[in-house]
Amino acid sequence: MRIDELIAELQEKLAELKRLTRDSGLDASPQIAELAEEVARLSLGRGAWEQVQLARHPSRPTTMDYLGLMMDDFYELHGDRLGSDDGAIVAGLAKFAGRTVVVVGHQKGKNLVENRIRRSGMAGPGGYRKAARIMGLGERYGFPIIALIDTPGAYPGVKAEEHNIGGAIADSIYTMLRLRTPIVAVVIGEGGSGGALGIGVGDRLLMMENAYYSVISPEGCAAILWGDRSRAREAAAALRLTAHDLLDLGVIDEVVQEPTGGAHTDPQEAARSLGEALRRHMDELRGMVPGELPGLRRSKFRGMGICEGAVPVMHEQGGE
Amino acid sequence: MKISWFRRQQYVQVKLEQKGEVGALWVKCAGCGDLVFRERIRENHGICPRCGAYFFLTAQERISLLVDESSFQDVSKPIVTADPLGFVDRRSYVGRLKEAQEKTGLRNETVIGRARLGGCPVILAVTDFRFIGGSMGSVMGEQLDHGMGMAARELRPFILVTSTGGARMQEGIFSLMQMVKTAAARRDLERLGVPFVSVMTYPTTGGVLASIASLGDITIAEKGALIGFAGRRVIEQTTGERLPPEFQTAEFAFEHGMVDRVVERKKLREELIHILEFLPVRQSQ
Ligand SMILES: [Zn+2]
Repeated sequence: MRIDELIAELQEKLAELKRLTRDSGLDASPQIAELAEEVARLSLGRGAWEQVQLARHPSRPTTMDYLGLMMDDFYELHGDRLGSDDGAIVAGLAKFAGRTVVVVGHQKGKNLVENRIRRSGMAGPGGYRKAARIMGLGERYGFPIIALIDTPGAYPGVKAEEHNIGGAIADSIYTMLRLRTPIVAVVIGEGGSGGALGIGVGDRLLMMENAYYSVISPEGCAAILWGDRSRAREAAAALRLTAHDLLDLGVIDEVVQEPTGGAHTDPQEAARSLGEALRRHMDELRGMVPGELPGLRRSKFRGMGICEGAVPVMHEQGGE
Repeated sequence: MKISWFRRQQYVQVKLEQKGEVGALWVKCAGCGDLVFRERIRENHGICPRCGAYFFLTAQERISLLVDESSFQDVSKPIVTADPLGFVDRRSYVGRLKEAQEKTGLRNETVIGRARLGGCPVILAVTDFRFIGGSMGSVMGEQLDHGMGMAARELRPFILVTSTGGARMQEGIFSLMQMVKTAAARRDLERLGVPFVSVMTYPTTGGVLASIASLGDITIAEKGALIGFAGRRVIEQTTGERLPPEFQTAEFAFEHGMVDRVVERKKLREELIHILEFLPVRQSQ
């Protein structure tokens, strides 16, 4: 695809400029900003469906891959204390840039055997309850929370329904709206609807460049609205689900650059890029009064949505 | 075993599309298959007089079923969707909206009002399934936010009656974000000690179930409700599991601890009035 080549070329130039800035001390930031904007503009019109394929690439780095590459240490914790430990969600304490943080994330398996436990990152109620429990632990000690999102959606199964998957997601969302500690959420691969959102309520929302985030899978949308699953390509474009789309729509705060060709071509570089973005946002959030964070977070989300004839309302930003 | 108990219920699995349109005067009941005089069903609060099957109610019917006579004051915001993505599938979203507006006489799917139940002042929010499946997009999010904000300011209990297929796909990521928006507004009720009663009716599914509908202080399922997160077909296709016949019914939800009670439609008003007697009502203004 012609446009992909052009984007790749510009990205290479961008990387070179950044290297130059770092190594020579020359300040090329105006040029960098200009180039980055150009890449973003071009990426808007790019094939959403190709983006979805990249986000689902079998060798794309998973949550555990990123933790191994970004964290100085990771101590996994298990169980929701209500009868289950869901392998589709990993959570625990980590050392990031010298400080203790809490990490929660969807975990996909790399093969069929792993996916017997991981279920391709499709978490059930126990996963969301485990995540909420461990985020609560983080709040007790003021640890910032990093949430890594990578799921096709919550697990659709009889057991999941019997154990109230809807309620578990609602509770996890509600918990994240109350926590007094900074939260940065990143879609690293698939951002599949409510299953993604269940750990996706952050003070900052980031997306890796080739991730997608959508209210429904393109296949599901095509089946319902087009009456034909094979129209998923059209559905993907109509849903505006790429990272640059979401930045353009004002829903996310930043697109995290991936190595040319996608994160799977150079996981180290992808992790370095993500780590840099996380550090920057967490430094900013650390400067804020903890008591103010939940109110600001709620205001952020209460401002989302576009209606006609609506008068914008400012919400009071109380604490707690 | 509980199986026999289920059998005794006069429950029928109803389909999501509007049931049995035959003519202006007669309707074919999905429960018993009989042709029933439409007016007889209306008089009977949308319940088949022959077999007891539930037809879903319009927002207006739902409101008049619940509130004290002439106590309802519509305080909905005068807003409509802005079609933020310019969404077109086989038809345009704007076209679907126009049709829904003509069919229902509503501006959007959500109605918010001040009302009284047994004399108790409340804020009542109702969604209408006829309007694009009563699905939640930016407008529903904003209306519920507005309704809960009003309930919090006026210290009136908030009652939400859902009839919704979930998120409004045509608004993409914005519809997903309404799950967080409504949950965030719900927090104001908690901070001010204002009660929230969630009433799940036919159907309450997907993104609405996975957010605001599941966050009530007290949760009631109307008999005949369909309550579930994932669609039956998705579950069957993804897992190959066979679904039990009572799957995702109000009784299933009760059996698995998702709701406090299952209440018959005709008793719902009395039930809510009874609940309100236990809860703090400290109306300001
Ligand atoms: Zn009947």
